[in-house]
Amino acid sequence: MLRDDIIEYSLGVTHSEEAGKKIRKKIFFVTALLSIVTVVEVLIGVYWKSILGPDSWDLIKAIFIALTVVKAGYIVMVFMHLGDERKMMKYFILLPYAIFILYLLFLLFTEATFLSENLTW
Amino acid sequence: MAGEVTKEYDQKTLWGGGRSPFSVSYGKMMMWFFLISDALTFGGLLASLGFMKHQYVDVWPISEEVFTHFPFTHAHLPLLYVAVMTFILIVSSVTMVLAVEAGHRMDRKNVTFWLFWTVIGGAIFLGSQAWEWSTFIAGPDGDISTWADNATLTQNFYGRGFTGDNPILAPVQYSQFFFFVTGFHGTHVLSGVVINLIILLGVVSGKYEKVGHYEMVEKVGLYWHFIDLVWVFVFTFYYLV
Repeated sequence: MLRDDIIEYSLGVTHSEEAGKKIRKKIFFVTALLSIVTVVEVLIGVYWKSILGPDSWDLIKAIFIALTVVKAGYIVMVFMHLGDERKMMKYFILLPYAIFILYLLFLLFTEATFLSENLTW
Repeated sequence: MAGEVTKEYDQKTLWGGGRSPFSVSYGKMMMWFFLISDALTFGGLLASLGFMKHQYVDVWPISEEVFTHFPFTHAHLPLLYVAVMTFILIVSSVTMVLAVEAGHRMDRKNVTFWLFWTVIGGAIFLGSQAWEWSTFIAGPDGDISTWADNATLTQNFYGRGFTGDNPILAPVQYSQFFFFVTGFHGTHVLSGVVINLIILLGVVSGKYEKVGHYEMVEKVGLYWHFIDLVWVFVFTFYYLV
């Protein structure tokens, strides 16, 4: 069933051999980057205590979360091609989600902090 | 990517009707809708995990000390196998994106090749998860000999908690979150492998060659990358942090 008010995505979907080479190069770059970040995460997880001491857990946590966001960014923007979509498409997918989850996290951590300080079990 | 999305239109043409303002097909946009709703489910799960961890901050088990085993060896290797699983999933995501790229060149042979390895990667991941579950159930010391005794969770404190005057249930909640989060993710991997397999059969039979484009590979690719994306977060928030 073809409708003429919906674009035929397939029109713009093919690319040439040279363009493919460039895209593959980018894919391999991102692969290497994701693998290295994962290895770094594990190394930090194993050795951070003996290097920085047990007091720096908050810093390590922040580093882990930052590295995760980097990884997620590359997966979404390159592997899922969101970086190649129109700008409005990007905002339309990412913004409502980000706002909702950040608000949820704010509520939950506020409550959890209260509970951990006041609840005895 | 070349094509529709890079074309310049003035705002009137773009939003005035008669065409898709996002320059995506109906199927691809619906896949994104589904992924957003699915991401909200996983986001809710991981957020509630964060709530539990924060609440039980002093007694919550440390994953680094729980998952220290590696198949075929008794060495103490904290989180290494989880990292290997992460790597397997990332690699299968890469083979998927290569299949999508080959699809853009209408290269049926390469689409088949990469999609096949994507299915294999997913299957290896599922097997690894089964191994991890059984090791976890076998006990904190991961002693293989307990397998012979039909080990169940109730035999270790991840199943019954620390009992006594002041019972601590955090380890029980830890294992509940472990099974729910990795289990829900594993269900996605399983369905992803099945869907990839169906699409692979379509590619082999030449169905998409006849249609004239490999957009279907790209759509299931979105789902597969999403699974990888979720695992990246599970790896950080369940195992590392």
